[in-house]
Amino acid sequence: MSTIVYITTNNGVGKSAFEAVTYAKKMGEEVIAVTVGNADSSLLAELGVYGASKVLVDRNANVDDDQQITRVIASAVETTNANKVVFSHDLIAKAVAPRLSVRLKAGLVAGAISLPSTEGDFSCKVNVFSGKAFGSVTVKTDKKIISLLPNSIQPEATSSACTVEDFNGNAGETRVKVLNTKKPEGDIPLPEAEVVVSAGRGLKGPENWGIIEDLAKVLGAATACSRPVADIGWRPHHEHVGQTGVAIRPNLYIAVGISGAIQHLAGVNGSKVMVVINTDAEAPFFKAADYGIVGDAFEVVPRLIESLKKFNASNN
Amino acid sequence: MKILVCISKSPDTTSKIAFTEGNTKFDENGVQYIVNPYDEWYALVRALELKETLGGNVTIITVGNAADEAIIRKALAIGADDAVRIDADPKDAYFTASQIAKYAKDNSFDIVLTGKETINYNGSQVAGMIAEELDMPFISLATKLDLNGTTATIEREVMGGVQVVEVNTPFVASCAKGMAEQRIPNMRGIMAARTKPLTVIPVTNNEEYTAYASYSMPEAKTACKMISPDNMDELVSLLHNEAKVI
Repeated sequence: MSTIVYITTNNGVGKSAFEAVTYAKKMGEEVIAVTVGNADSSLLAELGVYGASKVLVDRNANVDDDQQITRVIASAVETTNANKVVFSHDLIAKAVAPRLSVRLKAGLVAGAISLPSTEGDFSCKVNVFSGKAFGSVTVKTDKKIISLLPNSIQPEATSSACTVEDFNGNAGETRVKVLNTKKPEGDIPLPEAEVVVSAGRGLKGPENWGIIEDLAKVLGAATACSRPVADIGWRPHHEHVGQTGVAIRPNLYIAVGISGAIQHLAGVNGSKVMVVINTDAEAPFFKAADYGIVGDAFEVVPRLIESLKKFNASNN
Repeated sequence: MKILVCISKSPDTTSKIAFTEGNTKFDENGVQYIVNPYDEWYALVRALELKETLGGNVTIITVGNAADEAIIRKALAIGADDAVRIDADPKDAYFTASQIAKYAKDNSFDIVLTGKETINYNGSQVAGMIAEELDMPFISLATKLDLNGTTATIEREVMGGVQVVEVNTPFVASCAKGMAEQRIPNMRGIMAARTKPLTVIPVTNNEEYTAYASYSMPEAKTACKMISPDNMDELVSLLHNEAKVI
């Protein structure tokens, strides 16, 4: 038996792909990566370092067509006799994994945050109630699909390598025509970022975001914002984290001038460590935070940047 | 234009989350159920807007028991024409999707809309499963949807950005923020909702692929450590030595 990992290459082959392959490898069976589109073979070969024995590429299928991707994965499952499929729980997986579940009659764990239990039933831990609780999902079917939440496991590099082979997955017709795609602006996709610096209305205006960008730069972080800030157009909508925006779970989340409404917390409460900077000592966010600073962002943030620069200098 | 909108109940966002029966069941005690916000604000309202400009019919469907009539009437009060309830406790995403897909297949809709996910299970699975059962294209996380004849132009979220796609009816789409604005039902709508048709139909397929075996709550947060705004060196040192995140 083997495990197939579907690799999304729309934004290159990155950390979330390495996480998914590492995860599949830890389940103990041969790992075969499958992808579609025109990603560079040398990039794909890097998946071998994390445990893939080979990569199958269908270069004729459309990277944006969930129906074609579903058909390609289903044929790869058949050809390789795989009984598990792993995705990184990104926007492509959210469209493809449910389709594949029906096609293969395979139960799907959407947004797994743990490896499957090794004793008893096959089950994985997931977030439920918008991150306020955990659930253990048991898969009852023979074939199983797991969509792994980014940042749930550390990629583990080995010295292995792997081959990249062309694969004809019988993608079939495409019924979705892509007119245009506005590509990501930042360097680090928000759901993958290990450190996220976020700010809200406390910043008083879009012209003041310089300090947030500077703080993000010194930390190698992605920037995010609260809902009101995206709604009034101070920041682009794709930066909005929270219940209706992007849900993130970085190692470190720094929130500046965000009160911490329950809808905002729903999108960030998976963060391992949260730092909150706010002028209002009564802001609800302090109840969820690990470290809190009551103070003016325009004084505190520049000081924090200086301290981080000192720290970076002494650690390099 | 025949539009089917799938709605689910979800606990009000301020509900206390707790579990009973040895942490195997959600504790419904004192929980107020609402129409899942993504289903109501984005899928249902956009469907109504399309009907208002192009004509047609908006049917809502849910898989649930008799107690769910309250959320069904709410959706009818907002403006849906009629409603279908598949009479069962929804077991898992596949169970739910297969009932809805069967109904949709028998009654041929041009568009099937759902919210992007429910706020209780956050699985984002049902819409894609319905699309596969119906062999229809699926546009996930749609933020804008316009129709010209049988061709839809849809904006959707892609990783870090936005994509515009074109697709012909029939199709399935899951709706996210941006699609429409929440509508508050008026008194006339609430009165009219009482007499709008609600069809209750039995389950057609009992299969389920997954089950929630148990639940747990996150460990209680230790109290927030307060740091003087003048001492950012201390914060950096704590993040490095204690939290080990930098």
